[in-house]
Amino acid sequence: MTGWRVAGGGGPVIPNYGKPSACIKHNGWFCTDWLTKHWGDTLQPALVQHIQLTLIAVGIGFAISFALALVGFRWRLFDGPFGGFTDLLYAIPSLALFQLLVPLTGLTVTTVEIALVSYTLFILYRTMIAGLRSVPAEVLESARGMGLTRLQTFFRVELPLAAPAILAGVRIATVATISIATVAAFLIQDGLGAPIFDAIETPDLFKTELLAAGGLAILLALTADVLLAFAQRRLTPWTRLR
Amino acid sequence: MVSSTFVDAFRFMPDHASLLLQKTGETAELAFAALAIALLIALPLGLWLGHRHRGLLLALSVSSLGRSLPSVALIGLGIGILGVGFWNNTVALVVLAIPPILTNAYFAVEGVDRDAVEAARGMGLTEMQILARVELPLGLPLLLAGLRIAAVFVIATATIAGIFGGGGLGDIMARQVTYGLGGVFAAALWVAALALLAAAAIGLVQRAASRRMAPRT
Repeated sequence: MTGWRVAGGGGPVIPNYGKPSACIKHNGWFCTDWLTKHWGDTLQPALVQHIQLTLIAVGIGFAISFALALVGFRWRLFDGPFGGFTDLLYAIPSLALFQLLVPLTGLTVTTVEIALVSYTLFILYRTMIAGLRSVPAEVLESARGMGLTRLQTFFRVELPLAAPAILAGVRIATVATISIATVAAFLIQDGLGAPIFDAIETPDLFKTELLAAGGLAILLALTADVLLAFAQRRLTPWTRLR
Repeated sequence: MVSSTFVDAFRFMPDHASLLLQKTGETAELAFAALAIALLIALPLGLWLGHRHRGLLLALSVSSLGRSLPSVALIGLGIGILGVGFWNNTVALVVLAIPPILTNAYFAVEGVDRDAVEAARGMGLTEMQILARVELPLGLPLLLAGLRIAAVFVIATATIAGIFGGGGLGDIMARQVTYGLGGVFAAALWVAALALLAAAAIGLVQRAASRRMAPRT
């Protein structure tokens, strides 16, 4: 089975220029007429798809990592295997992992999501375990002294103290996922990678689409980074007191 | 199906050993060139800013910026400016390698015990001597950690260049039609091995450096 890009064609290679303006004929970097005409049918849908891909991957990745981290934190025996497993997944280059999953799940969004989720696990699992382990022994001792049960200690002491590290992990994982999701267009026409690939596959390389889609991808990653840094400060205000 | 891919991959390796070696060489060359250029740019800047205890905001925002740049967008834009080929990919990888090196160089030097620096200054060492003989040796482990992150990142990202005719192991990965899924997987394993090898090599130097710096009391 071969993919959309793997097959080397068949996709919409030449963008629909309509009546080309002078700017488009000269293959300019910033043809406003193309941008206004194709924002609605190309760029905006790609941007929305990209955000969806990222949110679903980070959401599922967070749930799986949290479950793994709970087990790995409670029973250290599991920490090694879990850590090694997520390490291994992270070591497979994204370009290959996307293709390796195709025989199992086809040329679908599911394939892309499985690959994206597997990359978030490495970052999220590691930061969660590190955050939970960083709680000082004296703090745990005093929690026990106050009569808190094991479960109460976890939810009222360990989890809040690990929150900054966990949120930092979410931030890194989100930005990394936005980056890797651009590779997904190698398989399916989805996300901001699609217009980037389209532009590059155009015979003389359509620069306006390349700059617009590439710029949007970079802008999305930067925006996510700044927003999550802000959220991190708002959700854990006590870290600012130091 | 999955197991047959696995078998195919290991069959692919002896059958295409010379191809794999050639492509590995290309990837290594690309990664090495990118890391060398990134080091030349980022190291002096990071060390100097760290030495002067200035530019914290720059160091932090560069590291955050570097994490944010999607490689496909970067390589794609590079193709638009420089055309397809070695230089476009090298420039994109240099841009991705600078942040971890710069940030770690900054914090490696910035975090050196100020008393040690003051003592050196009191002994009459010039600023350059302080940087070279006190701060650099003490900060070396952290600095190498940054280089390690950059190396792994660059080797992994260099495969993306293969989609756009950049050569290297990514070239095999982007051509499933020619090499089959087994070939794709074989190339992926080699990339992972190359990244791990680079990380292990730098890790060894790093361990030697931190052992040398351990307090001898």
